[in-house]
Amino acid sequence: MSVRLSMTVNGKPVTTEVTSRTLLVDFLRDQLRLTGTHIGCDTAQCGACTIHMNGRAVKCCNMLAVQADGANILTIEGIAGADGSMHPMQTAFRDHHGLQCGYCTPGMVMSAIDLVNSHPDPDDAKIREGLDGNLCRCTGYHNIVKAVHAGATAMKKQ
Amino acid sequence: MYEFNYQKATSIADAATKLGAGADTRLLAGGQTLIAAMKLRLAAPTDIIDISDIAELHGIKAGNDGLIIGAMTTHADVASSNDVKKQIPALAYLAQTIGDPMVRNMGTIGGSIANNDPASDYPAALVGLGATVKTNQRDISADDFFTGMFMTSLEPGEIIESVSFLKPKRAAYMKFSNPASRYAIVGVFVAETGSGVRVAVTGAGACVFRVAAMEKALAANFSAQSVAGISVSSDDLNADMHASADYRAHLITVMAKRAVETAVAG
Repeated sequence: MSVRLSMTVNGKPVTTEVTSRTLLVDFLRDQLRLTGTHIGCDTAQCGACTIHMNGRAVKCCNMLAVQADGANILTIEGIAGADGSMHPMQTAFRDHHGLQCGYCTPGMVMSAIDLVNSHPDPDDAKIREGLDGNLCRCTGYHNIVKAVHAGATAMKKQ
Repeated sequence: MYEFNYQKATSIADAATKLGAGADTRLLAGGQTLIAAMKLRLAAPTDIIDISDIAELHGIKAGNDGLIIGAMTTHADVASSNDVKKQIPALAYLAQTIGDPMVRNMGTIGGSIANNDPASDYPAALVGLGATVKTNQRDISADDFFTGMFMTSLEPGEIIESVSFLKPKRAAYMKFSNPASRYAIVGVFVAETGSGVRVAVTGAGACVFRVAAMEKALAANFSAQSVAGISVSSDDLNADMHASADYRAHLITVMAKRAVETAVAG
C-alpha cells in the first residue's frame, strides 16, 4: 500500500509517497540519494544507520519511513556549516584518527553529537556508554573516544 | 518484510476500532522489536496501526505517592525524567540499562510490556513494584498481566494506555546483562513497598516471576544477608549459549544480594 509522507530532511521539506514497508534508511538512501547514512548489520545492532529524528539519535534501519511522517530528520549530510565547513565533531574525528575504513563513522558522528547535546562534558565512561549502540569493526574505539572528547570541547566553542 | 496496510490512529477509540478490523492487525509503538521481527518475517501482520500520534498515551504524570507513565513514553524519557528519578530512582536506572541510546529513544514502556520478551527489563519493575497496567478496558495488576513467554493477559482489541507505579519505600534493580544486546541474562528487582517486600526476576525463566522465599526473608530482615543463602531451583530456568540454567540460578541469588545492598544504601 502507498502512503503519503511529509518530513523535513536536513532543513528541506520533503513530500512524497512510499510503500508502507519502506524502511526509513532505504527511503533516505534510495529515494533521496542521501547515501552517507549506511546500512551495516541491517538488524539494529551496529548503528551505522544512525540519524537524528526530532533531535534524538535513532537507528533508521529499524523503522518505517512512515514513522518519520511529520518529523525533522537530520542526516550526516546535514551537519556541515552553510559554507560547507565540517561540523566540529567531523573535524575532531579527522584530527584524532577516529576512523579507519570509515564505514561506521557517519553513525558514530551522529551518536556523538546527540550525546554531547545532552551531556556537554562527557567523561570517558559517558562517551563509551553513549556509543554503546555503535560498532566499529576496525577496533578504533580508543581514538573515537578521544575524538568525541575533542568534538565536545569544540562544540562548546561554537 | 511482507507488504501490509498502514494506518495511523488518531485516538485510543480509533485505534481500538482499527484493531478490530483486518485479518492480523498489530499496534505499532516504537517498533524496536516489531519492525525487526517483520524484517525477518517472523511477524507478518496484514495491518499495522501506528499509535504514536495519540497524545494521551505520551508522558509521565507524577503524584504525591507515585507515577503514571503513558504507554508511548520512551525508555529515554523514563530514564531522564526528574519525577521518576525522584520518586523511583530504581525505575529510571532500569530504563537507562535497556538496549542502547538509539533503542531507548524509540522503544516504549507499553510496547515492551505488551511484547513481554522473557529477557526484557520492564516486567521485573512492574512485578517488583506491584504496578497496575491500565488498558482501554480495565486495570490489570502486574502479577496477572505477564502470563508466559511473549504472552500477556491482554485480550484481542485491548490497548495499554498507561502503567501506574506506587512509590516504594526503597527499591533497586540489578542486572547481569548480555554484553552485546544488554538484554537481561538475569535481572532482579527488589522493592520494599507499602504492601510488603517484592522480589521479581526477569531473564532467568520463560516469564518474569517472584521469589517467595526471598520476599519472606527480606520482610523479616531487609539485608543482603537474608537472601545470600536462598537459591532458586534451576529446573524451569532458561538455558542457551549465553548461560546455563544452573548459572542463571546462581545469578539470581547474586543479583538479589546486590539489589538489596543497593536498595539499603539508597
